[in-house]
Amino acid sequence: MGKHYIPNSAHKEEMLGEIGFKSIEDLFSDVPKGFVKEFNLPEGKSEYEVFLEMNEILNKNKTVLEMPTFLGAGAYFHYVPAHVKHLIERSEFITSYTPYQAEISQGMLQALFEYQSLIGELVGLEIVNASMYDWGTALGEAARMAARVKKKNKFVVPKHIHPERNMVLKTFVEGADIEIEYVKWNEKGQVDLEELKEKAKNAAGVYVELPNFFGIIEEQIKEIGEIAHENDALFVVGVDPTILGIIEAPGSLGADIVVGEASFLGSALNFGGPRAGIFATKNERALIRQMPGRIIGMTRDTEGKRAFVMTLQTREQHIRRAKATSNICSNEALVAVAAAIHLASLGPKGLEKLGEIILKNTAYFKKRLSEVAEISFDAINFKDVPATFEIPYPIIHERLLERGIHGGFYLKPYFPELGETALLAVTETTRREWIEALVKNVREIINEAEL
Amino acid sequence: MFRQAKWDEPLIFELSKPGRVGFTLPEPVEDIEVQIPEDLMRKSLELPEVSEPEVVKHYIRLAEMNYGVDSGIYPLGSCTMKYNPKINEEFANHPKVAFIHPYQDPRTVQGALQIMWELEQWLKEITGMDRFTLQPAAGANGEFTGVMIIRAYHLDRGEAQRNEIIVPDSAHGTNPASAAMAGFKVIEIPSNEQGMVDLEALENAVSERTAGIMLTNPNTLGIFEEDILEIAKIVHKAGGLLYYDGANLNGILGKIRPGDMGFDVVHINLHKTFSTPHGGGGPGAGPVGVKKHLVDYLPVPLVEFDGEKYYLNYDLPKSIGKVKEFYGNFAVLVRALTYLKIMGRDGLREVAEIAVLNANYLTQKLKGTRGYELPHKELRKHEVVFSAEPMRKEMGIKALDVAKRLLDFGLHAPTIYFPLIVHEALMIEPTETVSKEELDAYVEALKRISEEAYTNPEIVKSAPHNTAVRRVDDVLATKKPIITWRMYKEFKRKGEVDY
Repeated sequence: MGKHYIPNSAHKEEMLGEIGFKSIEDLFSDVPKGFVKEFNLPEGKSEYEVFLEMNEILNKNKTVLEMPTFLGAGAYFHYVPAHVKHLIERSEFITSYTPYQAEISQGMLQALFEYQSLIGELVGLEIVNASMYDWGTALGEAARMAARVKKKNKFVVPKHIHPERNMVLKTFVEGADIEIEYVKWNEKGQVDLEELKEKAKNAAGVYVELPNFFGIIEEQIKEIGEIAHENDALFVVGVDPTILGIIEAPGSLGADIVVGEASFLGSALNFGGPRAGIFATKNERALIRQMPGRIIGMTRDTEGKRAFVMTLQTREQHIRRAKATSNICSNEALVAVAAAIHLASLGPKGLEKLGEIILKNTAYFKKRLSEVAEISFDAINFKDVPATFEIPYPIIHERLLERGIHGGFYLKPYFPELGETALLAVTETTRREWIEALVKNVREIINEAEL
Repeated sequence: MFRQAKWDEPLIFELSKPGRVGFTLPEPVEDIEVQIPEDLMRKSLELPEVSEPEVVKHYIRLAEMNYGVDSGIYPLGSCTMKYNPKINEEFANHPKVAFIHPYQDPRTVQGALQIMWELEQWLKEITGMDRFTLQPAAGANGEFTGVMIIRAYHLDRGEAQRNEIIVPDSAHGTNPASAAMAGFKVIEIPSNEQGMVDLEALENAVSERTAGIMLTNPNTLGIFEEDILEIAKIVHKAGGLLYYDGANLNGILGKIRPGDMGFDVVHINLHKTFSTPHGGGGPGAGPVGVKKHLVDYLPVPLVEFDGEKYYLNYDLPKSIGKVKEFYGNFAVLVRALTYLKIMGRDGLREVAEIAVLNANYLTQKLKGTRGYELPHKELRKHEVVFSAEPMRKEMGIKALDVAKRLLDFGLHAPTIYFPLIVHEALMIEPTETVSKEELDAYVEALKRISEEAYTNPEIVKSAPHNTAVRRVDDVLATKKPIITWRMYKEFKRKGEVDY
């Protein structure tokens, strides 16, 4: 099977003859004898048979459309307008490679330049790359970049960093001898400034998330930036871009580097991937030179017409090899373009409205949730809300699932000090009746358990 | 005559008209006032204001100024730009893929886990490895994963002194860059006259400091490393491991397996060999496979199947951790499995055989054309590297000019100036999904360019003529970087740009 993708299957003899070979095996005369073998793999199938088979497998999944789901913790159910998906599925975009030949790839180059520009406006910084793999890897690169720029090897992060992201960060700094220091949270679930002042000494970079892993808006973000700068460290801010219609641009709050997750705009959940990492920095030579990833620039052609091209490539692996700022080659271009199209469609009013809706939905959710659980911190939440239950959370999770509701993300394995706490989340997609159903069922489950 | 669409398409920002909206949003579930501290409130946000039809027309016009695999031959060497079957897209966009959350209870995502588990079984058999992680997002992310595994293996055995990774001078730039990222010192060894690893240089390079060697086979010249078994013996004897860069797996797919040649770690590129689209630079996927002795170090989680249900296994105390959030580029994995199921054993073998036939057909048809030479041995696998050095010497026409002129004929250029060991390199990988007529047309175009080079060189030097823009000034782009709209506006305000 598969010959329908391989036109010259029909012309083997003819082509071999034309170039003076007798058989296909002659073309493989250079491989070690006895190593060519028959693989133990299934036979190919028709497209229809595979269509049925894949559908059957996929039907075993239960989606967030089929059960109210209160999972967030770094992946959120947002609605993506139909035209976004339609546009990125255009063959010319989706089947192209990295735009090495600029003249024939202007469409992708301009789209990526627009992505960089839209993100630049959003985060308030002038230099943005064409994407990293995701927020976590962007953070890993930011820590490495901070160490190179500041020639120091300590990177300070909140103890309440997303655990998944923390694991990626640790792997990324392992080979660079960078030490990660953790700063505890205070009674408001935010970075403890007193401890930060101690730990920021001799740091190459200080990192904070907006909102943080508990869904809380760090209200002292400016002060955190000042502490970073007093210690000659780069201030790195990780953002969920959907909050930036209502919250000031991190660049205006002192950030030297902004990382984040672009796929919260324009992409579906996709079981966690593909995603796209935001990476932006200030327009300073020392920072640009150490920046990882591909960058698209505007220039002109020989006739003076505006044109776009990959630029500042002397930082990259294909030129600098072992001395490159990063090994990244393929990034997440199409995911970035999807984010750009979604963002352009939202515009300033849409992004502000999106932020407000999520903020209000979260506030309502918190209020209702407090009827059946204790909200862990008194602060402003965006999407995620940590809530502590009277009975072990896994019991609630299990019983909810039986009733067709999917609960949140259990925090105890990562933060045992929080006890029976789970992170539950809402977005603009959450319906009032879902929240009603959750509260009603949790109440029943707790009552049953206490009987 | 090829003519690419030439829209004078403004930036989306330049299309903005106050008051226009391109969105709809649901109302909040309840209108609760939430006060954000004054100093954190957003002061201004300059995003474009455009309606949905304007957004659609804008990006359609940009698409029309872009060339993809569906537009024509796209023979970038080492990139394996094969046709991307449309059935793959159906499943990548399936609601049962799009609307599942990575932290869902495993019982509610059995289909997703089954897809990952099944894909792993295919990849194990295809490469001869014992386990795979599907987490890496791209080839380079896979390389980083692989070298981190090598590092963890040596450290675990108390051999911290093994801090060198050997890389041939024909290697992809990502190989030395990945090794350096993992903290290794990179030892580069030269290729021999045949374009293969120089065994003597390798013997001299290995020592008790050797952690491993990173190899691409077939290599970036498209040449099969005939001495692979000897190479494996030398490296293993010195206590090092063999890393297989799967960028060129298409040349041996379904025929021979890296695992049988002595490799301990492999990464493969699903967006090359397994037909998932490259999206203009990504998303890709770079799964990493290892032999038994390295399984303990794989990233968490692994997908397991107990005969009844699929689950995620985080219990790997020696794991290197995570190299990417969640489980990798899942929608890409779905596409790859769809492709594998359609191709099957024989289909995959046919891929390699025709990919190699096409590359050799092109090699023989182009060989001897004035201005191009074919360094190193003739028999190639899936790709071939010609050199335009004679043309440069005789007429001042460089590989870059040849590449740009090809665009005028509606043909995508090959990879140029790589591998570094060939001057004025033209690295051509046709793949198995192009027809004989397309190969003939490509050879014809390269011959015509040769003729032009010696009779009308100006037309080549000033190419391209038929594309959306003429030759792009990349020197200016570096000298005066304009990376975002806000930088552009500032230059414009100062009158420093007229484009």
